[in-house]
Amino acid sequence: MAAQTDGIVNAEPAKRPPSYRPPRYLSFIVPGLIATLAVIVFPWLFTVWMSFHEWKIGGSRHWVGVQNYVTLAGNQRFLEAIIHTFYFTALAVILPLVLGTFAAVVFHRNFPLRGVLRTVFIMPMMATPVAIALVWTMMFHPQLGVLNYLLSLVGLPPSEWVFAKHTVIPSLVLVEIWHWTPFVMIIVLGGLAALPSEPYESALIDGATPWQMFRHITFPLVLPFLVVAGIIRTIDALKAFETIYVISNGGPGTASETINIYLYLQAFAYYNVGDASAVVVVFFGIIVALSLVLLYVRQRAKWT
Amino acid sequence: MTRRTGMTTSRRTLLKTGAALGALAAPMLNARTLFAQSGAFNWKRFQGQSIEVSLVTSPRADNLKRHQKEFEDLTGIKVGLEVIPEQQHRQKAVIEFNSGKPSFDVVQMSYHVQKRQFARAKWTAELTQMLGDAQLTPAEWDRADVTQRGLDYATDDGRIGSLPWSVDYWMLYWNKELFQAKNVAYPKTIDEIVAAAQKLHDPGAGVAGVVARGLRNANVPVWTQLLLGWGQDTTTGTPPRLITDTPDAIAAAEVYKKLLKDSGPQGVAGFNWNESQSLFAQGRAAMWIDGVGFAPPLEDRSKSRIVGKVGYGVFPAGPKAHMSAMFGDGIAVTAGSQKKEPAYFYCLWATSKAMCNRLLQAGGGVPFRHSTLSDGPTLAALTVPRDWANCVAESGKIARAALPVIVPVTEFRDTFGTALTNMIGGADAAAELKRATAEFAPVLAKSEA
Repeated sequence: MAAQTDGIVNAEPAKRPPSYRPPRYLSFIVPGLIATLAVIVFPWLFTVWMSFHEWKIGGSRHWVGVQNYVTLAGNQRFLEAIIHTFYFTALAVILPLVLGTFAAVVFHRNFPLRGVLRTVFIMPMMATPVAIALVWTMMFHPQLGVLNYLLSLVGLPPSEWVFAKHTVIPSLVLVEIWHWTPFVMIIVLGGLAALPSEPYESALIDGATPWQMFRHITFPLVLPFLVVAGIIRTIDALKAFETIYVISNGGPGTASETINIYLYLQAFAYYNVGDASAVVVVFFGIIVALSLVLLYVRQRAKWT
Repeated sequence: MTRRTGMTTSRRTLLKTGAALGALAAPMLNARTLFAQSGAFNWKRFQGQSIEVSLVTSPRADNLKRHQKEFEDLTGIKVGLEVIPEQQHRQKAVIEFNSGKPSFDVVQMSYHVQKRQFARAKWTAELTQMLGDAQLTPAEWDRADVTQRGLDYATDDGRIGSLPWSVDYWMLYWNKELFQAKNVAYPKTIDEIVAAAQKLHDPGAGVAGVVARGLRNANVPVWTQLLLGWGQDTTTGTPPRLITDTPDAIAAAEVYKKLLKDSGPQGVAGFNWNESQSLFAQGRAAMWIDGVGFAPPLEDRSKSRIVGKVGYGVFPAGPKAHMSAMFGDGIAVTAGSQKKEPAYFYCLWATSKAMCNRLLQAGGGVPFRHSTLSDGPTLAALTVPRDWANCVAESGKIARAALPVIVPVTEFRDTFGTALTNMIGGADAAAELKRATAEFAPVLAKSEA
């Protein structure tokens, strides 16, 4: 501006600020960028593109626009699969959180053989989901399984477990609880170990009961850890496939058919690639929405 | 007269011993010995080549794997064998075929699920010409010995796309001890099955009158076996049209519901064949409706408590017809293979008389061959009761494919399987079949368009 005011045009380019760096570094991120585009962005764009087609493997492909989404919105079986997914996820997150917290509080105390018992308690977590599912399938057998035998020992009537519509999802959750409660316990134990001792000393001097100390000191302080465990469990429960596929295969009927099972059948049993792609996109939307809610909760639960 | 001593042997004894040894040795003859009869046939013409074979984990694949070296010695063809579980195999086959360059030259296929899908996409090579070529097919393979039902199964639109390998008829297993205890006779009709199941059902003693598949998808063959008793299939015409909500279809479904809801074990809605087998083998079910392949475990003392007590019955007649549901497997050459002839040699060997006899002997399956079920040495070496072999032979005479030959077979089974599972829970059979028919009709129409 000063140059123009003086009537002199300065032909030299303005000096670049000293902090400016030419974009030569871009060449270093190209490999990473290509890899990301190839393994994340491209498959996603391709899936979205396929969701606008009617395509059965072995047949031809036709553009159908949003028809696959419209069909899904009116598909009773898919809508039920969403409900089953949320029902299963809610139980498979809340119950391990409650029991894992309880177990962590117990194992945080000092008592004989604590180390051995802790090791035993976390062993289910190390087992392969498919192997676990096969063992539980045998245990659930209404006539020959050990679970009904145990019920009979305490005078309870036999249950149909995964072989009846009304008990299948709670029974599948039972496997999840057995498998993943130790995981929650480990995270909460880590939180308990990091707690300061001063608030407890003050509370004891003030005459607080153990429940009051848990309710007003322990729980608020381990809440951030519980939220982290909850987020991980939610993601895991939403992804749950092996256990359900091996034990009930979505049955009886479609009583335990979650979105994952429905998606698997569409893609790899019916070979409806277009429909399956639309399911993937909708499921992705659900997971993103749920993740945003969980992140918001995590922000709120942080220590201030 | 020859004086008998401990050391002397009469001519008659020698002849008997010789015959017995021959009988024992005959099934053990290898493929080279049997095929050597073909004389001029040159098994070595593709010597030095190698092929890839993809099979499903099963006793049938075990049989081929066990004797693979014989094939390699006979032909000089090197075999790369891949054996994977059924569900994964079906997916892998479809995905690889769809890619246009499958990694295998020979593939196992199940006729009741994949026949139409493979034929329509022309994924397997046409074998009609090779079967008629004396340079490629030895006389000993003997096409006339293959059952007509097997050849029909392997043919689609006049095109032979595979060689028929193993068949599964449906039958009725029954616990003789439980029947005797309640003085019940073996049922001769479907109505009598219902009556017998009711008499034998004793929940207090932990015994179910009957057990069969209740699990979605797996349960459909039980219903279609019953439906054959009314002389009806699930589809009719070309293009196929559903006839799954007719009065006969509903009547068969009512029987299914009645059997499993009133006389089945607790939790049967989630039973597949393995849960049914466990229950029957433990003596906790009086009857079991399923395929013929379960005699070996039922007669194995380490797996069964009812060894020697199992009756093997041809499935009883319905009100309008007497048929046994049939399912089967074939072995095919992939259309995209660059080694079709060597791959075809493998299929010939796999379905040869020698290998079929071995398959039956091992209890691994029933071949689509007339001679196997009448072969004395093979039957003598059976590890399961002769009653079972008789049941198989009789079932073969009244066999009929019990699933529709359409591309979306799995969707068909899932849709109608859900309806059948709902019936066990008490749902109305007619309403469920009408709903399932309405739901599946557009899928079928689209697939056949």
